[in-house]
Amino acid sequence: MAKIRIDKQRCKGCYLCVVNCPNNLIKIAKDLNSKGVKSVYFSGGKCTGCAMCALVCPECIIEVYR
Amino acid sequence: MSNIIRTKNAKDKIRKNSVLRPESAPSAQALKSDTQPAVVFCRPASLRDIETHYCAGCGHGIIHRLICEVIDELNIREKTIAVAPVGCAVIAYDYWDFDVSEAAHGRTPAVATGIKRVRPDNIVFTYQGDGDLAAIGTAEIVHAANRGENITVIFVNNGVYGMTGGQMAPTTLAGQKTATTLQGRSLRREGYPLKVLEMLAVLPGTKYLERVAVNSAQEVMRARRAIRKAFVTQMQGKGFSMVEVLSMCPTYWGMTPIQAAERIKNDVATFYPLGLVKG
Repeated sequence: MAKIRIDKQRCKGCYLCVVNCPNNLIKIAKDLNSKGVKSVYFSGGKCTGCAMCALVCPECIIEVYR
Repeated sequence: MSNIIRTKNAKDKIRKNSVLRPESAPSAQALKSDTQPAVVFCRPASLRDIETHYCAGCGHGIIHRLICEVIDELNIREKTIAVAPVGCAVIAYDYWDFDVSEAAHGRTPAVATGIKRVRPDNIVFTYQGDGDLAAIGTAEIVHAANRGENITVIFVNNGVYGMTGGQMAPTTLAGQKTATTLQGRSLRREGYPLKVLEMLAVLPGTKYLERVAVNSAQEVMRARRAIRKAFVTQMQGKGFSMVEVLSMCPTYWGMTPIQAAERIKNDVATFYPLGLVKG
């Protein structure tokens, strides 16, 4: 099973990964990170490790494992 | 615990001295698999592990990373010299872990020409925004291209002056509202948006010109291929290569990053058609 790891404290909240995930596995958190931004989190589920989220992340804070 | 150590080892094979940050360590639930997880995607070695100053959804971060990925893939990190512009990307030297020179506003191709002529074995590329390249630096880019200098130019086109507060740039689209065109850019008053690649395509010195975008994962992959091809063109000694990257500026477009990415697809890419212009 593939998975991703997101450095939530460095997320600036552009949510490009959210719209680019083909399986909609990345969600927006309800609480704020240290920047005061609602960061994204990996909700689990059937991640294929396509790395689309990591490709569009301007901060390069998503790592993909398969 | 053992899983976490395995993950770190797997990552170390790709990047030396990597530090697993405790707050982002993978949970035991996510690492239930017995097989060692293979790293599909992580930060390229040439991109320093620090936070950028760019706004949320800015395309600069993606383009910085693509350049670093290509340099790592071609294994030219030790002989690459970048020339940074004036603009939002002025402190790109803080983010790239290879040699970078800084140039006066718009004079980046002139500085790159000097570096390349003195050190022809090095790979020299410039990184410029549209205010830098298409406004104050028009003379430098046109003559560097016309001389057929063997350098690579990465031209980031987001249609505004981001660093100084979102004023109109030569590449601003007709009707686009900026800090200096409050009613939208008027073609009668401010003239037509400048298509730099098409302008340079008529010059015999240019060998590879392509326009790409970074608004979606598919376009990012195309952008990576184009940047790689531009570097390879220089390594083969063919001559001047340039990639124009249509980038988002959500802050000064007055949009959310997702709306800005949509705007590239619907508006910007219709005026600046994506694809190979010459080469």
